[in-house]
Amino acid sequence: MNARPAATSALAVFAAALAGGTIRVIDLTHTLTPEFPTIVMPPELGQCAPFRMEEVSRYDERGPAWYWNNFSMGEHTGTHFDAPIHWVTGKELADNAVDTIPPVHFLAPACVIDCSAESTANADFVLTIPFVEAWEAKHGRIPPRAWVLLRTDWHKRPPREYVNLLDDGPHSPGPAPAVVRWLVEHRDVHGFGTETIGTDAGQAAHFTPPYPAHHYMHGRGRYGLQCLANLDQLPPTGALLLTAPLKIRQGSGSPLRVLALVETPP
Amino acid sequence: MTEPLIRPRRKDPLRKTREPLLPQGIRSRTAFGLTAAAAEGRFALQVCTDCGCILYPPRDACSRCLSGRVPFRDVPSGGVVLAETTIRTSTDVYFRERTPWRIGTVALDCGPSFVAHLHGDVAEGARVRMTLRLDKSGNAVAIAMPDTPTEHQEDDVQLRELTCDPKFRRVLITDGRNATGQAMVRAIATAGASIVFVGLADPWKPFPGEAALREIPGVEVVSLDITDSQSVADTAGEIAHRVDILVNTTEHPRIGGIMGRHGLTVAREEMDIRYFGLLRLAQHFGPTMRARGADGVNAAAAFVNLLSVHALMNWPLYGAFSAAEAACLSATQALRAELRSGGVKVLNMFAGPLDTEWFQSVPPPKLSPAALATATVDALRKGIEDAYVGDVAQDIRARLDVQPKALERELGA
Amino acid sequence: MKRRGYDGVAVCAPISVPYRRYSVDSAHWWVGRALYAMTQRTGLKPTDLDGLSVSSFTLAPDTAVGLTQHLGLSPRWLDHVPMGGASGGIALRRAARAVQCGDADFVACVAADTNHVDSFRKTLSSFSRFAQDAVYPYGSGGPNASFALITRHYMNRTGATREDFGRICVAQRANAQRYDGALMQKPLTLDDYMCARAISDPIHLFDCVMPCAGAEAFLVCREDDARSLGLPFARVLSTIERHNAYQDDPIQFRGGWAVDRDDLWSVAGIGPDAVDFLQTYDDYPVIVMMQIEDLGFCAKGEAPAFVRAHTLTTDGDFPHNTSGGQLSAGQAGAGGGYLGMVEAVRQLTDQAGDTTVPDARIGLVSGFGMINYDRGLASSAVLLARA
Repeated sequence: MNARPAATSALAVFAAALAGGTIRVIDLTHTLTPEFPTIVMPPELGQCAPFRMEEVSRYDERGPAWYWNNFSMGEHTGTHFDAPIHWVTGKELADNAVDTIPPVHFLAPACVIDCSAESTANADFVLTIPFVEAWEAKHGRIPPRAWVLLRTDWHKRPPREYVNLLDDGPHSPGPAPAVVRWLVEHRDVHGFGTETIGTDAGQAAHFTPPYPAHHYMHGRGRYGLQCLANLDQLPPTGALLLTAPLKIRQGSGSPLRVLALVETPP
Repeated sequence: MTEPLIRPRRKDPLRKTREPLLPQGIRSRTAFGLTAAAAEGRFALQVCTDCGCILYPPRDACSRCLSGRVPFRDVPSGGVVLAETTIRTSTDVYFRERTPWRIGTVALDCGPSFVAHLHGDVAEGARVRMTLRLDKSGNAVAIAMPDTPTEHQEDDVQLRELTCDPKFRRVLITDGRNATGQAMVRAIATAGASIVFVGLADPWKPFPGEAALREIPGVEVVSLDITDSQSVADTAGEIAHRVDILVNTTEHPRIGGIMGRHGLTVAREEMDIRYFGLLRLAQHFGPTMRARGADGVNAAAAFVNLLSVHALMNWPLYGAFSAAEAACLSATQALRAELRSGGVKVLNMFAGPLDTEWFQSVPPPKLSPAALATATVDALRKGIEDAYVGDVAQDIRARLDVQPKALERELGA
Repeated sequence: MKRRGYDGVAVCAPISVPYRRYSVDSAHWWVGRALYAMTQRTGLKPTDLDGLSVSSFTLAPDTAVGLTQHLGLSPRWLDHVPMGGASGGIALRRAARAVQCGDADFVACVAADTNHVDSFRKTLSSFSRFAQDAVYPYGSGGPNASFALITRHYMNRTGATREDFGRICVAQRANAQRYDGALMQKPLTLDDYMCARAISDPIHLFDCVMPCAGAEAFLVCREDDARSLGLPFARVLSTIERHNAYQDDPIQFRGGWAVDRDDLWSVAGIGPDAVDFLQTYDDYPVIVMMQIEDLGFCAKGEAPAFVRAHTLTTDGDFPHNTSGGQLSAGQAGAGGGYLGMVEAVRQLTDQAGDTTVPDARIGLVSGFGMINYDRGLASSAVLLARA
């Protein structure tokens, strides 16, 4: 088989753009630390394990020339990916776990809907269809198989305000049930991503159905991204996300490094 | 009257820390009967089953009738000091740096004479109450206490060698989030601790009583998550050299047995929070505490574990929890041996179900966190090693003595 | 049953190997020096010593049996008398019966201990099970503390004062100045005694013996054998031994002598008045007072008055511890239990030199040993007479 001339290869053009800086890589990932909050469940229920690290050796009697650690965490710890199998609505779907999702799905464009002002004003801000329609009026229709990312600037908050637990539970922005269903059925989105600890609003337990982002997205084989950072550095459209989770057999999700490729206008 | 202790000056950080030394800890096997009593704060001597003669020093036959049945029993502790002396020179390195040191011959009302340490408020000819205490070597010694308590008697310099009194000590309460931790902070602060460090994990997670906790005088909140090795290492790096008493209040009681638990997530959490948590605290705070066992008035004194009494015998309703507690108990025995060279005691407070949400369905009697905290302060003041707090704990203890197999069956019924 | 006397038994060849404060040598070496001196003195060969009695705290891990091979002896009668300050009298009464009955002809009785720099502490901390369990953990004051309690109680009961104890110590120091073997020969005044530093109240520096290394020995044989070897000897009039007497006394106020003293005097057929000198076990002066009382020289509790009324020096009216006692000569471990016996034999065989008590015919040697817990358990006494 003959290779195409280098200059005309799409990947070669892409590599040259990367090297030349016209395509930038933006890291949307929080550093995994023991202190990073995990989702809070009622204490009698099973809990998501926080990130923990134990040193195996550090150039010492446990291993003289090498440093390494063992770590442990849950599938939904830190910046992480939700597979359809995560939710009961997606449990019967084909290719619904992190190890069976087609790898091509780990590369997809992103639309970033900026709700940062609204979220700052109201921690319980709920994304609605009209809000998205207004965004589309400005930036164009959301293309099929694109991520929709909710920019709230939540990632800039210190931990206590990030989780924002009040006496009636967590308060953080998220989508209304109708808009999630609409995004899936009418925009054929790839998945839904947020800066907050879940794809759903802090108070989404009280929605109908509860946790609609999980309910509709996973029920239709779509994905979730949570605890994203740096969404404020993305353009409303045009970014390409690289979101490959760990290949865990029958995994419901996985911590991952989320990278956004952004083209700088010449 | 005992001269009241004065708050120690802040230590000159350039001064050499006095190395911990121990009084001689070698004992005959029989003499450990005294240690067993002292560990629980009881005064027990051998009592001949056949003739009733009360014996001391410990021996292997009755010195009146030669019976071999000479078990340790609680006996009356009253007596009179027949003679006293102040030792001014000693061949032993531990006592050599603690002279002058008073001892005396006490004629016990119940029979034998007992050469014992003398409390400073006890004079020759006085009536005394004998108590068995654990010395820095972890072995029982008797100290003759005033027959009626005297002012500041707990501050006596010889007595304080035998106790872990929180007064003017700096105490770390590892978890201030739960009811027990908060009760402990209050009790320890009231007992005169100079600083109460209060550990908090997940500071982003608010909790009831948080504001009040932070306002208790002497409280310094520190970030501490005993499930996170790095957190324990970091906090120990900051404060371990100032922790004289460590009280591990981190708890994780969960209902459920072994077989029906549906996986290991909860059991793993139990082991991580309780057993591995204990190991992390031991590894990061233990060595510094051990090195500071003779560091003046506020020398490191005690590592306190709050254990379920079901560490001693599994309670199948809380079967996995009991097992984790048993693992902790075993680890504390190792820790006790490891801290002994510093003269630092390991106190195990055994409690039955606490009156908290995690034992909601358990019928009374249940132990209030405040009662557990009060008992802990009391145990520290006495320097005892094993305390059975509340009705359930004492019941389990007594039933274990009588017939452990019956207890096993009855707890599982 | 009426006790038999010790007819025909001779005590001879008093040997004292000069004491040293510290020694790098072993107890074996010290025993060897004493037995060598005995063979030189008596003309006996080592193999002629068919009986051996040994007292020592520092032979470990050896025993008297191991010592026979170490020293090349082959005795047909062997005794180990681990009775501290009571060893001399007890070794003698056993050896006396052995030679009297013919089980042995020549019993070498020897007490020796070495004193390494840390020996004393090690001996104290493991002296007995009761000491380990119930004494050493209480301040580790050693015998100073134990005897301080006994002394304090004795003072409370009898009104004895420090000056009374001081008289005993000062007189013994005077005696020691006549005895070349004494480690402490510097004159001691009552003022020195009173002003000394406290060790364990009321025990002060000059109430305490100085542990040292040394050896003491004597030979027990039959009179005819002693004569044929040309050895001057003393005769044995009477002996007693008692252990753990008065165990119900809450604190020691009297010793086993009080139980057995009537026996002591009646076997000898004499009374205290007949005694020309007294060698007591003097690890602390309070024990000297108890011996004076319990052996019958005065009533119980009157020893303080007794020592005030008598002069205890060699040339006084109540010669006592004529070689200075352990308080001035030093305490060579178990050798301390032989010090008075060896000195008494010298006195009764005209070998005492400068310490000689003029015209001494009868001496009493008293022993006391083994403070196992709170009191000395072993007591012994021997009445010796000029042959």
